[in-house]
Amino acid sequence: MNIPADLKYTQSHEWLRPEADGTVSIGITHHAQDRLGDLVFVEAPKVGQVIARGKECGVVESVKAAADLYAPISGEVVAVNDALSSSPEHVNQDAYGAWMFRVKPSDRTELDTLLDAAAYEKVVASEEH
Amino acid sequence: MPFIPHTPEDIRAMLAAIGVPDIETLFDEIPASLRNVQLEAVPAQLNEMESLRLMQERAEQDGRWLNFIGAGAYEHHIPAAVWQIATRGEFYSAYTPYQAEASQGTLQLLYEYQSMMASLTGLDATNASLYDGASGLAEAILMAVRLHRSSHRVLVPATVHPTYVKVVRTIVSSQGIELVEVPYCTEQGVTLPESLRRFAGAPCAALVIPQPNYFGALEPVHALTDWAHAQGALAIGLVNPVSLALLTPPGRWGAQGADIAVGEGQPLGVPLANGGPYFGFLACKQAHVRQMPGRLVGGTVDLDGKPGFTLTLQAREQHIRRSKATSNICTNQGLAVTAAAIHMALLGPHGLKRVAQACHANLHALLDRLERDAGVRRRFSAPVFHEAVLGLEAPVGPLLERMRGDGILGGIELASDFPELTESLLVCTTETKTAIDLDRYVKACNAARAEGAR
Repeated sequence: MNIPADLKYTQSHEWLRPEADGTVSIGITHHAQDRLGDLVFVEAPKVGQVIARGKECGVVESVKAAADLYAPISGEVVAVNDALSSSPEHVNQDAYGAWMFRVKPSDRTELDTLLDAAAYEKVVASEEH
Repeated sequence: MPFIPHTPEDIRAMLAAIGVPDIETLFDEIPASLRNVQLEAVPAQLNEMESLRLMQERAEQDGRWLNFIGAGAYEHHIPAAVWQIATRGEFYSAYTPYQAEASQGTLQLLYEYQSMMASLTGLDATNASLYDGASGLAEAILMAVRLHRSSHRVLVPATVHPTYVKVVRTIVSSQGIELVEVPYCTEQGVTLPESLRRFAGAPCAALVIPQPNYFGALEPVHALTDWAHAQGALAIGLVNPVSLALLTPPGRWGAQGADIAVGEGQPLGVPLANGGPYFGFLACKQAHVRQMPGRLVGGTVDLDGKPGFTLTLQAREQHIRRSKATSNICTNQGLAVTAAAIHMALLGPHGLKRVAQACHANLHALLDRLERDAGVRRRFSAPVFHEAVLGLEAPVGPLLERMRGDGILGGIELASDFPELTESLLVCTTETKTAIDLDRYVKACNAARAEGAR
C-alpha cells in the first residue's frame, strides 16, 4: 500500500503534510485516487476562505463520481495549487505530490487527533472487499 | 435497434418465474378508487373508422381562430419537412442515450442542437434541453446562486413573464433563495438601470434580464449586464430564440457578456399543442459549465480513435451525485429538440433572420394601422420585437369577447397580472399574419370599441 509514514490522514482519505512555514498542505491519498478513477476536475476552496474541520470544502470530480473534500483541520486557506485546474491527472500520477490547497491552522491541537500511517492503513484494509 | 414486444407466451413465462398470477396483480397496491378509470365520454369499443370520426368531430369543436396571442407561446410556421423527418423511426423511438455505443444517432443530433443554440446565444456551452422556459429560468437561478457562493438574493424585473416568476418561486422557495422584484418604467415599459441603484447596497447572486420582456419591449441589456457584473453578480439572459436571429445575443451583452442564457424553445419548430410539451434551452460561459444542470453531450473518440459522441460531465447529475447534484432533472425534451434542430437546420441562420424580420415588420404594420384607422396607440415607448401593449381606452374583456365573435383571438388582458395596467392588451404578430389578417384585426377591434361605446 502507498501510505507515506511522514504524513497524517483522515477517515475520508485526505492526507496532510505540515510545512516548515507553519502551514499544512492537503491532498487526497493514493487509495482515494485509485477508487475515483481518472480525475477530470478539482474544485478546491478559494484563497482566503475559512474552513472548518469536518465540513465540506471542495469537490474532486472523476469520470464516474464527484466526491466531496472534507476539511481535515480548521483554518484559513492561504494557497491553492492552480496547476491542478489544467492537469487534474497529476493527482492520479502522484497523489502525495499533487497538493490541492494549503491551510494556516487555527488550532494546531487538531493535528494530534488525525490518523497516522498505521491507523490509516487499517482504514484502507477495512474497505477492501 | 428494433422494438421487440413481448408475446403472450413471454408474459406467461415471466409471471410464472416471479410467482404472480397476472399483470393486474402487480398493481394491487394502488387503491381500487384510483384504478380502472373509465373514459365516460368515449364510447367503448369503437373501431378505427369510428374512432377517427369521433376525434375529427371533437377537433372541429375547437373552432378555427386567427391568433394574435403570444405571451410565451408563439405560432410560427413549421415547414412540413420538420415533423416528416422527426417522426422517422430512427429519431422518434430512440431511447435515452445512456448507452453511448447504441445511441450515436441521437447523441449526434443533440450535439448539433447544442452547437446551434450556443451559436444563437453567443455563449460557449449549452445543455441538451430542460422541460420548458419557466423551469429553465428556475434552473438558471439555482445555478447562479451555486456559482456565486455567497448570496441567496436574486433580482427579478417585474417585466419577466408573470407565470415564469410563479414557477421560479415554487421551485426555489425551499432553497432559501430570496427573489427581489425590480419595478419597470411606466413610460417606456422596460427596466431602467437607475431603478437598480437602490439594490446596490446588499450583495446579490444574479440579475435576470428578459429580452424581449413580457411586454414585448427591448430592455437596455448592455447597461443591465454591466450593472450586474459591477455588483459581482451574474447576469442571466431570458431570451426568445427567434429574436436572437436579429438582436445582439446574450454572449455579447455588456463588456463581458451574460453568464447564462435561458429561454423557451417552442418557437423553433414545436407546435402550440395546448401548451406543451415544449423545451427549455440553457447556455453558459465555459467557466460555469460544471454547474450547468441537465444532460450534456460531448464529442469524444472510441477505442479505435474514431470520433463519436457521449453524455459527459455526468458526475454532476443526480443519478451519481444525488442530493448534491446540479439539479434533479435527469432527462431532456428529446423529441421537441429533434424537431427544433431540424427546424433550425432547414431554415438556417438566414431563414431564421427572415422569420424574425417578418414578425417585426408585421407588428409595426399592425401598430401603424391601429393608430391610423382605430386611434389605438401603444402604452409604452421602448422599441419592440413582435409583441406590444396597446392602450385601448376601453374595457379589455368585452372587447376580446366581441373579437372572438369575429373569429379572432385578440391578445392577452394584462390587468390580471398587472393591476395598474387597466385597459391594456398584449398583442403579438408572427410571420404567419398576412396583410388581410391585419386588416381583419383592425376592423374587428374598431367594431368592438364602437359597440362598447354605445
